[in-house]
Amino acid sequence: MDRAVFLRALREPASMGGLAPAEWDVLLRQGRHVGALGRLAALAAGAGVLPAVPSRVRVRLEAALEDVEQQHRLIRWEVIRLRRALAGTGLPLVLPRARLHEVEAALLREGWKMEALSAYDERYYREWSHELPPLAHPKRHVMLDVHHNILPPTGRLRPDPRLLLEAAVPVTGDGLRVLGPADMVVHSACHLLQSGEHDKSLRDLGDLDALMRQFGAAPRFGDELAARAAALDVERPLFYALRFAARLFGTPIPDATVRAVRRAAPPALVRAAMDGLFDAAVEPGPPRDPPRRARLARAVLTARYHWLRMPPSLLARHLAHKIGGRKGRG
Amino acid sequence: MKLGALSASELTVRLARGGLDVDTGPFVVRVETEIPALAEELRLLYQDFPVDEGDGLADFHVSVRRPAGPLGLRRWWRQQAMAYLDDVRPFEPLPIAMALPMLEWSINWCAATQANHYVMIHAAVLERDGRALVLPGVTGAGKSTLCAGLALRGWRLFSDEFALIRPADGQVDPWPRPISLKNASIELIRRWAPDAGLSTPVPNTNKGTVAHLRPPVGSVARTGEPAMPAWIVFPAFARDAAPRLTRLPRARAFFKLADCSFNYESLGLRGFTTLSRMIDGCDAYEFTYSSLEDALSLLGALPLP
Repeated sequence: MDRAVFLRALREPASMGGLAPAEWDVLLRQGRHVGALGRLAALAAGAGVLPAVPSRVRVRLEAALEDVEQQHRLIRWEVIRLRRALAGTGLPLVLPRARLHEVEAALLREGWKMEALSAYDERYYREWSHELPPLAHPKRHVMLDVHHNILPPTGRLRPDPRLLLEAAVPVTGDGLRVLGPADMVVHSACHLLQSGEHDKSLRDLGDLDALMRQFGAAPRFGDELAARAAALDVERPLFYALRFAARLFGTPIPDATVRAVRRAAPPALVRAAMDGLFDAAVEPGPPRDPPRRARLARAVLTARYHWLRMPPSLLARHLAHKIGGRKGRG
Repeated sequence: MKLGALSASELTVRLARGGLDVDTGPFVVRVETEIPALAEELRLLYQDFPVDEGDGLADFHVSVRRPAGPLGLRRWWRQQAMAYLDDVRPFEPLPIAMALPMLEWSINWCAATQANHYVMIHAAVLERDGRALVLPGVTGAGKSTLCAGLALRGWRLFSDEFALIRPADGQVDPWPRPISLKNASIELIRRWAPDAGLSTPVPNTNKGTVAHLRPPVGSVARTGEPAMPAWIVFPAFARDAAPRLTRLPRARAFFKLADCSFNYESLGLRGFTTLSRMIDGCDAYEFTYSSLEDALSLLGALPLP
């Protein structure tokens, strides 16, 4: 489906004021599909176009803003619960992989449940992944991913998680910390390039764009980002992510970062291939099923993701197992 | 134009090619299906609803199709129906005979997940003299039967599943879609109103046998007229029981009501404020009943709060 309206809405929110009802019909569905409806609504409200849109659209956008508020409330509440769960055992919320089992035990004691996994999938998570098997809270209907890194330990790129922890910044003043601004951008880039869900790429790129616009104006942020990408060994994914964001959203990128990541650029042929793949993959999706071109591109990107995620011998084993027909995730 | 004014063939074609926008009041639903039998049922149940010829903007997009299955075999053998709500498929495919219940459940699913501009309560709602009666209840409490019984005898139908409460002014918006009747209720309502439009009963769904009742034309014509709730009545069907109406203290009614809400918790303060105001302006009751006649006379005599 036509993505021009979608991209334009994110790039120039004021353009939403002039959309026809039939265009809204498509835009709202695309926004929902890629998980960007809240962002569209916030942008529309920020650009002051809410009074100008058809009343039925306004109602939907206001409902989306309501959902955003609800998510914020949910996150704050869950963080309180997590701190309570871990504080009893004297654990910090962020801690090295070696002590991951302590977190797991504390969370299970507090009522979180781990989905029953096959022995293979269990091992996949424990040994080859950068997170615990997903936890769910049966009463509160929330999922929790506990990560010890931003990329899997079996991959080609090996960021040192200690660097991430050291650079974490306080967020609430009561000891809670989040990734530093440059690390947030780096994490967003890694997620975009090295996740298996390419039907959500447009949302991830939108997130990256939002982060760059929020942090990018700070003096020296360009240098800082370049330095972090080098230190964490993720210059290549950052190169791609910023390139695609700039192409689609016109994301502003500081000169210092441009110069630094250019050094990590792949050969022209590879670059052109990735450009083509990404361009085809980032369809916003419904109303119709994605075109064959997009599905093919996503399949290739997913194959690439697996290739980068594991050494060839492990990948061969993994694929043999998965193609062998046993049901599971990972 | 009303849906019933479309010829059968025109309806089938429009449903199959791009879908038909049905204006159900608070939501325009784009229905798309290639299943001819489903088109016929829709014609029966939705004949009085306006078809939105306008602007191509729908709130919900529901498509019920026949999955082809391996080698396309499902097109011929043991045909199935599958609901697509854009990219979401909330239900497993079902035998094709269940296409209509599946469509109705899909539309409900859309509202329950996407209409957070309302405080939504799982309840039947009817109106008399400008005030709304809200009948919250879990499946099996008999609220749909009660709802159908009242709607066929003078009460205006708002909904048999959703109380859509507007946080801004506390009024309930009508959404008079077909009423879903289960098992013994189907025969009961047929006897209660022999002329009522009923869809073909579908056996063996996960709710037993299901049939849908066409909403009264007078209710469909007045989707634009909300009402202030006056009575909150928690029904409980009990075979052979004498009818009994008991006042419920407000605090208890509040929690029972919140418990029946789809989105009370997620709306936070807004949900709390809306429901508290609603409770303050209403009388709440528990109601045990075994016959529609009793229900009609007792509920019809409820004093204004």
